[in-house]
Amino acid sequence: MTDRPTYGFDTLQIHAGARPDPATGARQTPIYQSTAYVFRDADHAAALFNLQEVGFIYSRLTNPTVAVLQERIATLEGGVGAVCCSSGHAAQIMALFPLMGPGKNVVSSTRLYGGSVTQLSQSIKRFGWSARFVDTDDLDAVKAAVDNDTRAIFCESIANPGGYVTDIPALAEIADAAGIPLIVDNTSATPYLCRPIEMGATLVVHSTTKYLTGNGTVTGGCVVDSGQFDWSQNDKFPSMSQPEPAYHGLKFHETFGELGFTFHSIAIGLRDLGMTMNPQGAHYTLLGIETLSLRMERHIENAEIVANWLENDPRVDFVTYAGLPSSPYAERAKTLYPKGAGALFTFAVKGGYDACVKLVDSLELFSHVANLGDTRSLIIHSASTTHRQLTPEQQEAAGAAPNVVRVSIGIEDSDDIIADLDQALAKAAS
Amino acid sequence: MTDDPTDDCLRRILRETKTVACIGVSMNTIRPSYFVARYLSLKGYRVVPINPGHAGKELFGQTIVGSIRDIPKDIQIDMVDIFRRSEHVLPIVEEAIAHLANLKTIWMQVGVRNSEAAELAEKHGLQVIQNRCPKIEYQRLFGELRMAGFNTGIISSKL
Repeated sequence: MTDRPTYGFDTLQIHAGARPDPATGARQTPIYQSTAYVFRDADHAAALFNLQEVGFIYSRLTNPTVAVLQERIATLEGGVGAVCCSSGHAAQIMALFPLMGPGKNVVSSTRLYGGSVTQLSQSIKRFGWSARFVDTDDLDAVKAAVDNDTRAIFCESIANPGGYVTDIPALAEIADAAGIPLIVDNTSATPYLCRPIEMGATLVVHSTTKYLTGNGTVTGGCVVDSGQFDWSQNDKFPSMSQPEPAYHGLKFHETFGELGFTFHSIAIGLRDLGMTMNPQGAHYTLLGIETLSLRMERHIENAEIVANWLENDPRVDFVTYAGLPSSPYAERAKTLYPKGAGALFTFAVKGGYDACVKLVDSLELFSHVANLGDTRSLIIHSASTTHRQLTPEQQEAAGAAPNVVRVSIGIEDSDDIIADLDQALAKAAS
Repeated sequence: MTDDPTDDCLRRILRETKTVACIGVSMNTIRPSYFVARYLSLKGYRVVPINPGHAGKELFGQTIVGSIRDIPKDIQIDMVDIFRRSEHVLPIVEEAIAHLANLKTIWMQVGVRNSEAAELAEKHGLQVIQNRCPKIEYQRLFGELRMAGFNTGIISSKL
């Protein structure tokens, strides 16, 4: 698209979207704590409301601080644009909103964060939407699940909690043949390890709360559009391809071309759903994202060391980490995620549910929290917490059986992480 | 320089161009051609709207003309921006070459491509842009898309 020098990831994670502040020259992105923005005159106001000019109107829609983060993530993911919102769950609704309608469905991987399973299996029914869950390793089952009312395929790149790696190119091919977009939640992998758009995904969603922010300070979400999907190729996406009654009959795809989805997400999604990211939140995430690659390198280095150690410990039944040679996904991980298989995995403790609970209670360095992607090492017993609303079958399919704990390996000294696990495993086994 | 012009090339065209003939401009305020023509006129370009169905009416302070040959001779057109289906582009380019002495650029909108017309225009020393929108490129290159979270591709430590 351009003749710009091709900058590396480390440069882009610092500079993309963040030229010096045009108003003040401030080098670090200022926090624009303002709800509204003055129009030059009535014509300017009209042009902004008609989407004929781009500019700031009201912070539910756009904000200068949030815009920097949006451009940053869009650039790192290789998309044309991004919309930030209040959480990862908000991002999922924001991604589906332009595509879905009453009676329409999304075909989803069974291997998801428990909250996402519940959001898709239960809560979206209130909009008249539904989800069909399939094992995405069974590509025939995915194809069979897609019908005329399917409007998207949804998966996580590295799935929470099991460290399962998804064959994104294979799912993209199925979505493409069906004329529907593939949506990939890239939270656990981050664009440093995985760029779903390059593998054929149309939309990428994030919980920016996790690795992108990296410091456990603030919740946020993001939807990145590849700009590569032809919304007018069939009649499945009238909100994009036909006159949109919620915006005086504008045809978003025809009017804005590859930028149409992002404009739709701002003009209709944020306007009417109101799941806006606040500028203070964007600021914390911007601070964190500057060091994303450095942190990810250490997360992976530590995860590989710790997973290896756990696999060789007699008190541990098994470790599900795609970065281990013993993993059934080792080959796929090497091909699709050559820089590493992330830092999120589960392991099974001999002694089952009771031993898991005792292990979690005995750890001193690991924090027992419902979060991942922090600099700190985190642990949780998914079956009794994040995946609690699920049936035993759903827990099993998601990789959250009662005998496993999920860890998010931090960037502390790996020796200290191992020592903590060692002493807690000893207590769990006693 | 057809489907994949450099940013420098686009910047130069958008800076050098003063007067644009918009072929197929709509009077319907939510049509892309109306959007683009209005935007370009707001940004200081002189826009000559062309639409045989509305010839003689006023749009953005300019009189709509029916065809390229009807453009008054005292208006020097730098660029023709084409909002027509790809298959209708060739005769438009032929007409533009024949009647617009000052013409420098043929621009075809998003979704519009015609390699025969592009070759002809280039043979006559014209710059050709296909499958792009001057409004979007202007917004991307001169900072406006920066306000809404788009990937502008611009990395700079300058104000």
